[in-house]
Parts: sequence; C-alpha cells; structure tokens
Amino acid sequence: MTAPLTAPRRVHHCMGTVFTFDIRDPGVDPAVIDEAVRWLHHVDATFSTYRADTQISRLARGDLAVGDCTPEVRTVLQRCAELERGTGGFFSARAAGTLDPSGYVKGWAIQTASDMLLAAGSTNHSVNGGGDVQCVGDSAPGQPWRIGVAHPQRPGDLAAIVTGTGIAVATSGTAERGCHVLDPHTQRAPLGLASITVAGPHLSEADAYATAVFAMGAAAARDWLEQRPGYWGFGVTTDGGTWATSGWATSGWGGTL
Amino acid sequence: MKRTILSFTATVLGLVALLSFKTHGTQIGPASALPSAALPAGGATSSAAPAPITSSGPPTPTTNNSGPSATPPPTAGPPAPSAATPAARTVLGTAVQTPYGVVQVKITLSGSKITDAGFAQLTADDRRSADINGQAAPILLQQTLSTQSAQIDGVSGASYTSQGYEQSLQSALDRAGVH
Repeated sequence: MTAPLTAPRRVHHCMGTVFTFDIRDPGVDPAVIDEAVRWLHHVDATFSTYRADTQISRLARGDLAVGDCTPEVRTVLQRCAELERGTGGFFSARAAGTLDPSGYVKGWAIQTASDMLLAAGSTNHSVNGGGDVQCVGDSAPGQPWRIGVAHPQRPGDLAAIVTGTGIAVATSGTAERGCHVLDPHTQRAPLGLASITVAGPHLSEADAYATAVFAMGAAAARDWLEQRPGYWGFGVTTDGGTWATSGWATSGWGGTL
Repeated sequence: MKRTILSFTATVLGLVALLSFKTHGTQIGPASALPSAALPAGGATSSAAPAPITSSGPPTPTTNNSGPSATPPPTAGPPAPSAATPAARTVLGTAVQTPYGVVQVKITLSGSKITDAGFAQLTADDRRSADINGQAAPILLQQTLSTQSAQIDGVSGASYTSQGYEQSLQSALDRAGVH
C-alpha cells in the first residue's frame, strides 16, 4: 500500500460484486461503513434487474407505474434520460430493449455511499465497487490516490495508473462473464475498444460516460470525451494500442503523461 | 491545486501460474495443484514510459485495528536495526462461501509485502463456475501482486474480480497484521 492505514479496509459483497471501503482519516467511526453497506443493499433491492421483485424489474414488466416508484427511482430514471440525450443515445437505460439503468446505478450508488462517509466526517477515503472507484481527498497527507487500470488484454497487468485528489475512476469493457455493453443503435457489441476508462470528479458521471463511450466504439469515443469538461478518458483498443484525451490538461486537473 | 497525473506503465511480472485444473468434478484439484503467482526475485517491473514513483525501503509500520483478535504474527520478534530480510510467513484467509463455491486465499509475506499468493481452497458448484475459476484464478493472483509492486491503492477495470477472493485476501492481510 502507499501509506499506513489508520483503519482496516472493509470488504463487502453486494450487487453481485465486491465493494471495498478504505478510510484514511483517523478517528472515523467504522459504523458509518455499516450505514453505507445498508445503502448498497437498499439500492440492490430497488434496482437489481436480476431479482424479479425490485421496483425496476416490476417497472420493466409493466407491473408498476413510474409514478408509484420511490423518488430515488424517479431521480435515477430522469438522470438516465438526461444522459441519453447528452450522449446522443449511446447511454441508454433501454440499451438492450428492456429497462436497465445499471450503467448509471452502480456509479451513483458508490458515489452516494462516499457522500455518506463524507457527511460522517471522512474527508479522505475510497469506495471501490467492482472496479468503479470514488475517492475523496488523498490517500495520505499530500499524497493523491493512485488507482491502477487493469489491462483488458494482458490479465494481471496494469495499463495505466491514474493519480488524483478526490478522483473517480470508472472502466467499461468486456467483463468476466461476457460483454454486457451493447450499442443501443445497433443492438450489437461495439467495435474497436477493449476497454475505456473515464476519470473525473463524480463517479455517477464517469460510470455513465464510460458506458456510453464504450458503446460508441473507438473512433467516436475519444472525440466525445474530448468535449467533456472536467472528465478525461483513456482507452485500450482491440489491437492493443492506447490513447488518452487531452481535455484533462485544461480542465483544472493538469498533469503529465 | 488538484493535479491528475496519468502515467502509463507496463508492469510485467514473471508469472508462475499453474493452469492445470480438473474441471470435470466440482473440486478444483488438491491444494498443491492450485495456481499460485509469485514475484520474480527482486520484484522487478518494466515501464514503457516514465515509471511511477515507488518508494523502497523497510516496510511501513502499520497499526492493526481490525478488532478484538490480537494474535501476534508467529514470527514476531525484535526488529533488526539493520535492513535484514524479514522471515517469510504464510497466512491463510478465511474460507468464503460464494454463490459459486468456496474461495480461500493463502499469501506469503516478507514483512508487510506479499511475495506469493495462492488458493488453499477453490471449489465450484457447477461446471461454468469451474471454467471461470480456471480462467480467473491466476488473473486474480497476478493482480494482487501487481497492486503490491506498483504501490497503488486500488484497481479500476473490467477485471476478473471474483466474489469471495477479495474478502478472503483481506482477511489474510488482517490476520497478518498488514493492510
């Protein structure tokens, strides 16, 4: 690790993946993590498309009307609609035909968990949910967080290391149980990108952008991300090449390649 | 001011991995045949671009706040004033029951640094999970070592995260008094 920890990392299973809470502030009550874990389970019970009894699943079947859903469901769906407009349809809560806002929900859930830790007094922490990460503050005084990006084609290797204060990092690509990202326009797997990583201040945005640009394919992804103020991207193409957007240099993040 | 530094590093570790699994049944081989991954002597990395800054030197002392268990590490002793190599010790994580089977990680440490990682138990409840274990296991182990040598705080990616793996690994680290 890059710095001695004052509290142990906590690992928890939810939403079919592994969540890691890493608080670097001394004196933060570990019970705040319990509250954040309860939140994650609540999100799973509301939004999981793998469970028939969630509001999202019932909504998708037509057994429930949007007006009967809890406010957070309406908020998420509204945000998905905005993202669909903003990405020209490449992010869509209906990418595969049925209602599935998962491309936004996980990042949003993690970011909200991080907000809870912040509200409880933790100004330096990281929450990692299955490879989507929201950091706040630094990993140690004066030491920004360092998040490795897994190489999609060289298992076990890192393709890049992202360093930043309060940075969120999301990666889209083929998953271990199959590629789950489709181009909503063609209903087929996009071409050209093995993985795309988006970094910026908010994980809910980074997660949605990573999903959207992966669906755009290599050619359009870079151009689209160049237009995003405050967010920048790193891609690995199917032929093993890499690229990063230049936008981060002017967005206030700065840095060197 | 906030700064973001994106650095490319091709971290290549010599992988000593065993990929021979019995996938016919649900048990993935005896413990001795389970995959393991180890750092090459000296823990080398190679970079295509400016290498990330890594610190070297004696392991950073950590405080174990993980709870009431206070069993000291088996090789505990007065720290040597000079840079003597700490004795290697092997620590078992908890055996974690996942929807797919049982995962139990074992790690070898030199001081607070993981030098070897493997599975003490890796079972699969169905054929598909056995196949996935066969692919994912060495990848998970290699990522553990990559994380250590690159001194990063976490990994983002469409990586082969296995339910139970991180939990078992974390418990092994907690038992070793390392975070």
